[in-house]
Amino acid sequence: MKHKNWDGFRPGIWQDEINVRDFIQQNYSEYVEDDKFLAKATARTTALMKKVESLFALERHYGGVLDVDTTTVSSLTAYAPGFIDKENEIIVGLQTNRPLRRGVNPFGGIRMVRQACKAYGYELSPKVEEEFRYRTTHNDGVFRAYTDEMRAARKCHVITGLPDAYGRGRIIGDYRRVALYGVDKLIEEKTKDKKAIGNNPLNTEQIRITEELFQQINFLKFMKEMAAMYGFDISEPASCAREAIQWTYFAYLGAIKEQNGAAMSLGRVSTFFDIYIERDIAAGILTEEDAQELIDDFVIKLRVARHLRTPEYNELFGGDPMWITEAVGGMSEDGRTLVTKSSYRILNTLYTLGSSPEPNLTVLWSKKLPQAFKKFCAKVSADTDSIQYENDDLMRPIYGDDYAIACCVSAMKVGKQMQFFGARCNLAKLLLIALNGGYDTTSDMHIGPQMPVLDCEKLDYDTVMERYQIYLQWLSALYVNTMNVIHYMHDKYSYEKTQMALHDTFVTRFMAFGIAGLSVVADSLSAIKYANVQPVKNEQGFITDFITTGEFPKYGNDDDRVDNIAKDMAHLMITELRKTPTYRDAIHTLSVLTITSNVSYGKHTGATPDGRKAFEPFAPGANPMHNREENGALASLNSVAKISYDDCRDGISNTFSITPDALGHSEEERISNLVSILDGYFGKMAHHINVNVMNRETLLKAYENPEDYPNLTIRVSGYAVNFCKLSREQQREVISRTFHDSL
Amino acid sequence: MIGRIHSLQSLGTVDGPGVRFVVFLQGCNLRCGCCHNPDTWSIYGGTEIETDEIFSRVLRCREYFGDKGGVTVSGGEPLLQAGFVTEFFSKCCKSGINTCLDTSGSIINEYTNALLDVTDRVLLDIKYTTDKDYKENVGCSIAKPLKFLEELERRQIPTWLRQVTIPTKTDDEENILRLRNIAKLHKCVEKVELLPFRKMCLIKYNALGITFPFGDLPEPSPERMEALNKLLISN
Repeated sequence: MKHKNWDGFRPGIWQDEINVRDFIQQNYSEYVEDDKFLAKATARTTALMKKVESLFALERHYGGVLDVDTTTVSSLTAYAPGFIDKENEIIVGLQTNRPLRRGVNPFGGIRMVRQACKAYGYELSPKVEEEFRYRTTHNDGVFRAYTDEMRAARKCHVITGLPDAYGRGRIIGDYRRVALYGVDKLIEEKTKDKKAIGNNPLNTEQIRITEELFQQINFLKFMKEMAAMYGFDISEPASCAREAIQWTYFAYLGAIKEQNGAAMSLGRVSTFFDIYIERDIAAGILTEEDAQELIDDFVIKLRVARHLRTPEYNELFGGDPMWITEAVGGMSEDGRTLVTKSSYRILNTLYTLGSSPEPNLTVLWSKKLPQAFKKFCAKVSADTDSIQYENDDLMRPIYGDDYAIACCVSAMKVGKQMQFFGARCNLAKLLLIALNGGYDTTSDMHIGPQMPVLDCEKLDYDTVMERYQIYLQWLSALYVNTMNVIHYMHDKYSYEKTQMALHDTFVTRFMAFGIAGLSVVADSLSAIKYANVQPVKNEQGFITDFITTGEFPKYGNDDDRVDNIAKDMAHLMITELRKTPTYRDAIHTLSVLTITSNVSYGKHTGATPDGRKAFEPFAPGANPMHNREENGALASLNSVAKISYDDCRDGISNTFSITPDALGHSEEERISNLVSILDGYFGKMAHHINVNVMNRETLLKAYENPEDYPNLTIRVSGYAVNFCKLSREQQREVISRTFHDSL
Repeated sequence: MIGRIHSLQSLGTVDGPGVRFVVFLQGCNLRCGCCHNPDTWSIYGGTEIETDEIFSRVLRCREYFGDKGGVTVSGGEPLLQAGFVTEFFSKCCKSGINTCLDTSGSIINEYTNALLDVTDRVLLDIKYTTDKDYKENVGCSIAKPLKFLEELERRQIPTWLRQVTIPTKTDDEENILRLRNIAKLHKCVEKVELLPFRKMCLIKYNALGITFPFGDLPEPSPERMEALNKLLISN
């Protein structure tokens, strides 16, 4: 197939099938030089951003939510076109008819919408209430099918954050397809797929796919309507860079109008855009300044994206995140780097527009990345604390070279794989439940297999492990079944039509489980094994505290005795999970990631044998517990690097904070040393790292005077936040984390 | 061989070039008024450790060293345990790991000479530039570090001279010019670093029940440091 808008592109199989990767491989130009070519923000961009900044200030002033449209149910064509500054925008489209006005999306669950409206002083309109009175939401469906035990596990917080009351998210549409092929071609292909299925004997799964295809096609049509409202016809392929970015953005916009999923990630668009930009520059119709302006305007749109959440939700996922994750860089399978000038341009938005948590810029790091690009990334990290790094050399052999990151650390082939998001279970709490024979002291509930409280003067490692495994088995089976219910119902009542229309019809599904409290459990088991842990019982005879005496190795010091306990725990967990079959034959995966819920998990967990007091926060993700590292930063990184990605295919999150002084005397030294640290860490086949280069004092000042630091950005756990948007409790926890400092 | 260490810092970026694994040894023969590690003085404190054990820890960090980094042994005074450091450095050399010695240069004997055979770079503290100051504030003659420097010059071991800039003690221009002169006379000197005097260690002194001799002196201002650094590189 040929199209006039493809003139100048190198041909390939991408012309005959939906294959964005092939298009990229045939057409992109790698860039190995430095950042000197970059343009500064234009006056237009600066003026527009100023307007956006004042809207942000207003939003903060109103307690975090500027406005809610309580009468219109969010969907692709539900709102009149919205603008920030119509005459001065070059990429257009907002979720609702006004910037920062949040829509209501009750398909995931109306109760949460109602509560969210109420929390910010609004009331969900009777019209919407009426519309949904006879309609089943995802949340309704889930609670119809939940067993008593599932409800109990949720209530006592041994499994929490489950997407059973809101959109599950963590699905990345291949938004680039709209730009490359135009919507008509996508509809044509999906129609073909639907017909082909109809020629076979139909079983449940095929009937389900047929109906899903109907919905996908329907919503592709809505997407065209939505674009038409803004005056664009996206039926055909994009003809220039501006259209390519605009078409791609419309596709993403359609997705976030339709779904309020927890993480609505973008994918891997910058190198794709670069092909169009370079074609226009070569044709003399675009300058470097224009190119940066296009990327800037696109990124401004991403920065104003919002969903309406409840305060309870913010406890787990603090800072009002959307996880608009964009994967930047990485290598091609043929050995070329996928770094292009547009990889620089998108990182440059942290200068042209200022530092920001969104989009969640994620550099796919490879030892083979061009040295100049590595240095530029390190500089951006040191200057803005806004980017994270994930190991391309670890993921590329598994996912190829056109994968992206959903949310924080979840890799998937764009348009070919998706995941069923599953939050996490609390392994530290489970240990306490096991010791108490199926009783949770913090919620006063009996749960899991019932047996006597472990009766001993001193905890014995083998006895504890034997019992812990019984409970891990129990929890794993329960967890998988709970997830099966959730995702069955989400597919049934809140299917992601827009995003799935931008996937192949037959996709690979992951079911992503998670664990919290890994470092607490590792250190606790280490204490039991190497020191002396005496359980303390309350009047009812339940263990509520521990007296730990003697030294024991602590996770975070590159000591195999305890690091292997952490590593084995992850292995044990995924092995147990795999024993229970999943809905739609999804592949079981596991993450060690907490978002900001490490505070909340701690709050629901009693004292632990490692010396952590009752209700104190856990460390985030796979981090060692705060300030237990005694041998410096590299030893700490080495401990985390030991957790196997084969066990944790959904990601292993590590958040690393270091003071500028500890990184070197001069800026040049700091950049070069940070590059060495990243090369070393990823050379050990570690998966992920958030880098913050800052002093604790900055955070203390921002804690005291938040109004003076509206844009202070900090990486917390797989994503970044505006520090001032965190709750006071979350802020205190972030401040108390380890800051690797010079002596 | 067993040595006595104060602590290990797996990520050091300010004691030699690049990313370095720093071993702080226990025990010092000097009692400098500006010392920020009084807890490393006693030769009886610290932890005993085998060279093999330290070396295995270093090996686990070598991926981070890049083309500039490596190991640094600091203190305390590493020359007090020259045999131990020699064995440790030999292992590093055999594995191609860059070795760096942070020392006062106050001991010279056959053991320290053997150590220099396996040392790639030296960070040499020139605490003062007059013999009078040395005798008053350090307790040894300036001849010792200068003789050590001669040995480094003879061997052409790349050397960084380091000096703590202490207000009223070493923040005068004459001192800086003398320091510059020492550097100029030795081809082995790659770089001179002025380290601003810091008082964060006051807590350590208090905990040990020792008076911080320079506790009453102020920290130098960033402006003063900049001016002195400028003077240092001027011709």
